[in-house]
Amino acid sequence: MSTTGAGPAATPKYTKKDFESDQDVRWCPGCGDYAILSAIQKSMPDLGVPREDIVFISGIGCSSRFPYYMNTYGFHTIHGRAPAIATGLRLARPDLTVFLVTGDGDGLSIGGNHMLHVLRRNVDVTILLFNNRIYGLTKGQYSPTSELGKVTKSTPMGAADRPVNPLAFALGSGAAFVARTVDRNIPHMEAMLKRAAMHRGASFLEILQNCPVYNDLAWNVIYEKESKLQYELRLEHGKPLIFGPPDDRRAVIMDGVVPKVVKARDVQESALWVHDETNANAAKLLADLFAPDFPVPVGVLYAVDAPIYEDLLLEQEQRAISERGPGDIGKLLTSGDTWRI
Amino acid sequence: MAEGATAVAGAVKPRRELDRAVVRFAGDSGDGMQLTGEQFTAESAWAGNDVATLPNFPAEIRAPAGTLFGVSSFQLQFGSQRVYTPGDRLDCLVAMNPAALKVHLGDLKPGGLLIVNTSAFDKRNLDKAGYPSNPVDDPTLGERYRLHNVDMTALTHEALKDLLLNTKEKDRCKNFFALGVVSWIYTRPLEPTLEWIGKRFAKSPTLADANTRVLKAGHAFGETAEIFGEHYTIEPAQMAPGLYRAMTGNRALAWGLLAAAERSKLPIVYGAYPITPASGILEELAMHKRFRIRTIQAEDEIAAVTAAIGASFGGAIGVTGSSGPGIALKGEAIGLAVMAELPLVVFNIQRGGPSTGLPTKTEQADLMQALYGRNSESPVVVLAPATPGDCFFVAYEALRVAVKYMVPVIVLSDGFLANGSEPWLIPDVSTLPPIDVEFRTDLEGFFPYLRDPATLARPWVRPGTAGLEHRIGGIEKQDVTGNISYDPDNHDHMVRTRAEKVRRVAQEIPPTTVNGPAGGEVLVVGWGGTFGSITAAAERAQSEGLSVAAVHLRYLNPLPPDLGHILRQYRRVLVPEINSGQLVRVLRAEYLVDAVGFNRVRGLPLSSDEIHHAINQLLGST
Repeated sequence: MSTTGAGPAATPKYTKKDFESDQDVRWCPGCGDYAILSAIQKSMPDLGVPREDIVFISGIGCSSRFPYYMNTYGFHTIHGRAPAIATGLRLARPDLTVFLVTGDGDGLSIGGNHMLHVLRRNVDVTILLFNNRIYGLTKGQYSPTSELGKVTKSTPMGAADRPVNPLAFALGSGAAFVARTVDRNIPHMEAMLKRAAMHRGASFLEILQNCPVYNDLAWNVIYEKESKLQYELRLEHGKPLIFGPPDDRRAVIMDGVVPKVVKARDVQESALWVHDETNANAAKLLADLFAPDFPVPVGVLYAVDAPIYEDLLLEQEQRAISERGPGDIGKLLTSGDTWRI
Repeated sequence: MAEGATAVAGAVKPRRELDRAVVRFAGDSGDGMQLTGEQFTAESAWAGNDVATLPNFPAEIRAPAGTLFGVSSFQLQFGSQRVYTPGDRLDCLVAMNPAALKVHLGDLKPGGLLIVNTSAFDKRNLDKAGYPSNPVDDPTLGERYRLHNVDMTALTHEALKDLLLNTKEKDRCKNFFALGVVSWIYTRPLEPTLEWIGKRFAKSPTLADANTRVLKAGHAFGETAEIFGEHYTIEPAQMAPGLYRAMTGNRALAWGLLAAAERSKLPIVYGAYPITPASGILEELAMHKRFRIRTIQAEDEIAAVTAAIGASFGGAIGVTGSSGPGIALKGEAIGLAVMAELPLVVFNIQRGGPSTGLPTKTEQADLMQALYGRNSESPVVVLAPATPGDCFFVAYEALRVAVKYMVPVIVLSDGFLANGSEPWLIPDVSTLPPIDVEFRTDLEGFFPYLRDPATLARPWVRPGTAGLEHRIGGIEKQDVTGNISYDPDNHDHMVRTRAEKVRRVAQEIPPTTVNGPAGGEVLVVGWGGTFGSITAAAERAQSEGLSVAAVHLRYLNPLPPDLGHILRQYRRVLVPEINSGQLVRVLRAEYLVDAVGFNRVRGLPLSSDEIHHAINQLLGST
């Protein structure tokens, strides 16, 4: 790294290498986590945040090994609790930039409750949820995002529970920033990581990620070249929801209150559904779209500014101090009803 | 009551001087008995007496009126000498309804003062209490006790007849009639209650007027009605000179944290999920934002403790508080703090259990949970306050040790200490030991699990310190480097190191105070909220010429270095606890002494009578 500018306060100019720790990375060969790690390390220099002010918090699972590989501050905690750890950290240290790395099991099963609350409180953390629809570290049981009927070691006759949709969950929890990207689309992933990191408040980024050992190609619909061409719907603010190969462009439009796929050339421009990141209702509809009946939306579904938990609490603290002065335990002890003997 | 029968000259009615008295107010949950008791306590403290209180109320917020389980009570003992407990047997019982009479009459001494609110003794309430006929009509009641039937509702209404209040509002004032009567009986000053009324009803002058009138009417009733033959005075207690205030355990824990925040100059993040009887700490702390106490009402118990751990990782002090069921949920996270070697303070306000158990009742059955209630070898420091006021010092000490040794500290308070209050000599905060936190900033030779040679604490680094970026976590670490390690010998070394670190906290423990002879027949060893009962029982035995001493442990892990020696100076060791025998097992295991337990698990404090009896039995059996 080299330091730009003359003053000591200037943020150094980093390269990807500055964010690589000295630890050997221990994921399975071919794991999607490698691409995500690389994309994050590569995106970090663009955030303009001093490395020592960055903290990665994780829970338990394959994804949660992440902090060990980042040359920043890091805390690998316990299963599902990273959102609560991050909440306490932010309240103690609002000057830090906090990332939270989790998976479908860690974030939506054992830690589902904490995920709900970190989103509704809008704590300023960037949440990266690696969704591979399987339990990897415990060797192949189904996860809360596995499809109904999924045959795994713990469900030999098929999973009987319906999957949760992470994007819908986040929106339902009141998240103010919700986006999706794919581990095999590195430029898009980098763009989404930066957007999520720059957003103030809780930003929720679902990363569709491949587990080559226990759930290979679970997201093939968005990996395989031909299928990707058919189904990927890139969300861009102000652009209509149009997708598909050049010779078969299709559009998602609203038919009453129901989304519907039609041939793009059959739709008048005024009837197109133009993506608006600030429209909560539209985001909820988008969150539910998926192949094969619909395209697979990737990009920012929803992004608005909302009150931030720690900002509000620390404002209260400042107000209390400015109105009544800092606390004085000696005065407090002798306040109110006392008597002398 | 010990009756030093000297009549005070000049009083309209004969006035006798007592050295102590035990009074209990009992009524329906909606009768305002807690408030009445608190005000009577304030009056007694104002009069210069030493006081100990025992609030006792149902878990239901508004239990069905008139039922036995809906009875709420407040007991206190006040005296002209040191008062260690709220008292065992009652000198005076105020029963506001039949259910209260039924539940509490058994605790009244024969010949004790029984004041009954007869207006509540109607057919409906008698049925609910299961009385086939009105007990106050039974002549044996008046033979056994000094029974006074007072129609408090009617007298209250009479006092308020020209005020524009509805019947319900007038009814609600009757507890202050009872307070007025009992205040007259024990010659309590009304000033503290009048002041309270003024503040409480500052915005509704009519209610302020009503409560003042009823209080004074009750007082006048005692003076003028023919029924009370005499009344009592209790001289101010001989207490250490200084400025005093009433202190409850929960408030003292909270204020101890405030003192620690101020002294350490660090913010405190307090994570909690509401639970009886610990919620009061969260509520108290939330009022003191000026001390940079940041409270989180978390989504659950696990979030409460993990938020605290996250704060400690960030260089603030993480504290969480709960009761036993919540502590059970926090177990895994406390283990994380053990492994990550971060400071963490955990308050456990123990209550009756297991499971939901008796949420509003006291118990001491979480000692083993504190010592061992986590997976694997997970040593933590365990402290226990002895009195409500002592909670202040123990909270401060917990925090001081947690940051000095980079270790979790569990504080075992209980429901009795939490809600009970005592006159508390306000300490000079400048005499509290310093809490000096030095964050590591030196890059030279830094490793995350380097150790201080004296404390074995690893360095505490604030994220944001350039050049010291590092990762910690719940996976076993190589000592010094902090890198993940599955090496068998390293794990064995780390297990021993974490234990040794806690063991070294013994350096912080002052010499143990022995109340009584330095050797002899019986040593009574206690911990936590039983301090008062044990002290009273031991001092009574001593005054009877018995060879008895008492030791009360503040440090339960590690144990005081001199305890083994002390235990061996007595022929027998008695360990009274409100559990099935937890400390006694620890002492037997640790010191190979034939200690015996005295155990009652009734959701109530141990009485000094029963401990005294147990001492005598042990002496007799040898």
